[in-house]
Amino acid sequence: MNIALEAPYLPLAGKRLRQETSRDDRIKFGLMAIIGLYLIVALGAPLFVMLSKSLSTYRFDLAAFEFQVSDGTGAKWGPVETADALNRKLGAVAEGDLASSTDGRLAATKFFPDFSFRSPVQYRIRGTTDDAAFLAGSTLEKGTEWREYDSGTFRRIMLRPARTLGLDNFKTYFSTPALARSIYNSVLMATISTVVTISIAFALAYGLTRSCMPLKGLFRGILAIPILVPSLLPGIALVYLFGNQGIFKDWLLGYSIYGPIGIVIGSVFFTLPHAFLIILTALSIADARHYEAAASLKASKWRTFTTVTLPGARFGIVSAAFVVFTLVITDFGLPKVIGGQYGMLAVDIYKQVIGQQNFEMGAVVSVILLVPAILAFAVDRHMQKRQVALLSARAVPYVPKPNVRMDGICLAFACLVSFFILGMIAMCQIAAVVKFWPYDLTLTAKNFAFDLMDGGGWTAYANSIKLALLTALFGSVIVFAGAYMVEKADAFRFGRNVFHFLAMMPMAVPGMVLGLAYIFFFNNPANPLNAIYGTMTILVVSTVTHFYTVAHLTALTALKQMDPEFESVAASLKQPFHRLFFRVTLPVCLPAILNIAIYLFVNAMTTVSAVVFLYAADTKLASVAVLNMDDAGDIAPAAAMGMMIFYTNVAAKLIHALFARGLLARTQAWR
Amino acid sequence: MRHALSIEPTPTSIPPTAADAASYLEISDLWKSYGDFVALRDISLSIARGEFICFLGPSGCGKTTLLRAIAGLDLQSSGKILQGGHNISTLPASNRDYGIVFQSYALFPNLTIEQNIAFGLENAGRSRAEIATRVAELLATVGLSEQSKKYPAQLSGGQQQRIALARAIAISPGLLLLDEPLSALDAKVRVHLRHEIKSLQRKLGVTTIMVTHDQEEALAMADRIVVMNHGVIEQVGSPTEIYSHPKTLFVADFIGETNQFPAKVLKDGTVEIGHSAFDCSTKDLVVGATATAVVRPVDIIPHGANAHAVNAVDRPATPQNLIDAEVREMEFLGMFWRTRLTAPRLGERTLVADFSVNAVRRLHIETGGVIQVEIPRDRLLLFPRSA
Repeated sequence: MNIALEAPYLPLAGKRLRQETSRDDRIKFGLMAIIGLYLIVALGAPLFVMLSKSLSTYRFDLAAFEFQVSDGTGAKWGPVETADALNRKLGAVAEGDLASSTDGRLAATKFFPDFSFRSPVQYRIRGTTDDAAFLAGSTLEKGTEWREYDSGTFRRIMLRPARTLGLDNFKTYFSTPALARSIYNSVLMATISTVVTISIAFALAYGLTRSCMPLKGLFRGILAIPILVPSLLPGIALVYLFGNQGIFKDWLLGYSIYGPIGIVIGSVFFTLPHAFLIILTALSIADARHYEAAASLKASKWRTFTTVTLPGARFGIVSAAFVVFTLVITDFGLPKVIGGQYGMLAVDIYKQVIGQQNFEMGAVVSVILLVPAILAFAVDRHMQKRQVALLSARAVPYVPKPNVRMDGICLAFACLVSFFILGMIAMCQIAAVVKFWPYDLTLTAKNFAFDLMDGGGWTAYANSIKLALLTALFGSVIVFAGAYMVEKADAFRFGRNVFHFLAMMPMAVPGMVLGLAYIFFFNNPANPLNAIYGTMTILVVSTVTHFYTVAHLTALTALKQMDPEFESVAASLKQPFHRLFFRVTLPVCLPAILNIAIYLFVNAMTTVSAVVFLYAADTKLASVAVLNMDDAGDIAPAAAMGMMIFYTNVAAKLIHALFARGLLARTQAWR
Repeated sequence: MRHALSIEPTPTSIPPTAADAASYLEISDLWKSYGDFVALRDISLSIARGEFICFLGPSGCGKTTLLRAIAGLDLQSSGKILQGGHNISTLPASNRDYGIVFQSYALFPNLTIEQNIAFGLENAGRSRAEIATRVAELLATVGLSEQSKKYPAQLSGGQQQRIALARAIAISPGLLLLDEPLSALDAKVRVHLRHEIKSLQRKLGVTTIMVTHDQEEALAMADRIVVMNHGVIEQVGSPTEIYSHPKTLFVADFIGETNQFPAKVLKDGTVEIGHSAFDCSTKDLVVGATATAVVRPVDIIPHGANAHAVNAVDRPATPQNLIDAEVREMEFLGMFWRTRLTAPRLGERTLVADFSVNAVRRLHIETGGVIQVEIPRDRLLLFPRSA
């Protein structure tokens, strides 16, 4: 049928034309290179370094060092012997102690029991391989050259371990029951939380879209609250409600809130808004004609539900499930506060790194944590691609009809869930302002005297606001510019695809993993970017990167709604792309950019996971202060700081709403 | 890397020669492929200055691809494009000389009508007053002076279309490209606008290329039509040429409506259709060749029941092509009647014929009746058919 397909013969094959590049093209290419470089430096490279860390093991290779010792005159030399041979004679170092880490050092004098640092004896040392390294004082020596030291210097000779690549760290991990058990725990908690959250979120979204219950706007507002607080906060609320001194402790029938129960309840609290919004969107796009068809075919309510409602929302439900699963399995704050002895992967990373300084093992847990997160992410992306095909432009929106019984049930359920959310917040609020819950309920402001506690005091709060503002500002600029390049630059298809892939990656990378990767990458003196380590800059970079994907997708959606021919028209009118960008693209996308800014702000205020590894003494953050004060037993101040974050986010949201309204009235008159 | 410009004359260095002046746009040996799919196959075309050209064809025929290659929006895989004597083959879109109007109009939603039209005028060394004058002039040209402060969303589709046109011609381009500019409008506005565009184009004398899949639009507006199919040019010609003398079966079928019958050349000037012989120009077809015979419904002439009679008023021009036919169905379409006829001489096939209301009344044509119809010799077209 199609003759064009039959003979794909092209003259001059291999001599394809190339369009001359215009000035615009070069500028766009430069911009894309800059932002691409940002993502590589802020994401790709740190993750790569972390992966290689997880595969690196360090061990002192004694056979790689040879010694020679002179007699008392320092002129006559004894036989050459390897450290290995000396060790076998002396048993100076046990086999198990040869395993080491990046920073491992082994004193050479260990192999010379009669060493005395004032003696005239001379020592010679060399490697048997080119890689054998040792420290003489603070200079690193390497190679097979003999080096001679007097005893005073020889005292300061330290052997360095050799690095080998392999799966040994993983073997160690899986043969440590306490660690390996965390995988099972994490998956179990994530699964249970997902089932519970999705059920509640679906019921709520169903009530809001399929019934005529009153106060829908109010409930939507209440359901957004958990986004505004750190995930630590529900943990603290649970401690107050059901903890050792909790007033409802008896309700748990002897079970402890510290552990699985607390993790599940807290997880449901902080994941509910995410699941709710996704399912609400899925249910909102229902086509009324399907319901009319079902009614005309005399299908029962239940049959309509199972054949129309559920299938229509199935991609939304699956997508929400993956989001919740990923959030729970990667969350660190909540299990840290309420998890007790119950091992979870994200907390293990923290414990390995902060508690035991075992960075390699932290990297191993990170890699393991990446697996479910990436898996969930991949399946979700696949599902969302299919959902697009389901949408029909001609769908008629569904309008529910009043039904007293149905509306009543939906209202009651929404009230119950709202009570749960508000109750948790109220608990923290009360704990923050009373002297000693539940024994002394007189009001006090002492819990807000953060400067008297560990954790960073009010400076930490100021730092958090600074971080949130900087993240919102630079994040919006970088994300929008990046999305613009992906969507609107017509050439460099390969570069754009790589860029888009990088932009989608942060979604699958847990904050803890990102934070640890940053330590490996930036806390390396050989890295020219080492200077930003321990500064506010690295906190901003990590936070922008951590929340990049959702912001990127928001920007992309806004850009996709613009006519793809704008660029062509501007080119035909001989106008440079930046003129079109600033006069048309940017003003039209302003609402989306404001949404990105507030999203980044709120998340920068609440995030703990990435920054917990990266803050320094003068860049402590409010969210981390919550964690540290809770850790130190100052739970009421922790709750107070958590509430400060909450107030700030509510205020930010209000300012955003006002600002957006004012700005839109002026710049979006055309809408 | 070898730049085309290093071999070819640069646009500024060499003025157009006298020979080039006649053909303003010269496309030669143009190919475009996407992987294995060939979208444009060896396109060569010459367009004169001031001409109105329509690229016409079904969707996917390559007409938009060709337009975008000319605009520099999608680079061709190989081939050359000369505009006003300059080689523009590999120039970026912003360095070419054209104005373009898209099907979606692509008006900037946040700019007023005025600002939209002024967009291309700014940044080019004109004073504010000059720009304002030019915009006012353009708004008057497209008859929308009253709307200058409005935003695009406040205008009707037809008005938006005219603003897009005004914006495109604001920079006085040498070439005006219209990509299905009317297809998003409703029928009445479309007819009105196509007249307006045509007269504006005549007034400005700007060389214009319009892409369309609407044959009526192409016939009404174009000086010459380029009919395309599967990435090749089937025929280039004036509207009447294309309609009356289609070079290929595809063109005959795509422009206007056709009855098609398998046919066989019996001898020079005679073909066999169904069970009998018809007079027909067999052109260069050899005796015994199989062919497809085509006749348009409007070309079929109805005669009274006894047109053969010696004293009949409307004696057929080609008596050999007069056939008896039974009226099976009649459909009233306002301007004419569409009838479906069966004729023993044509075999099993139905013949669709359009008769004027007048003829139907005069000849008492009715469903079930038997009439005589003539397939005029010069309206019976033959196209070779591979067996």
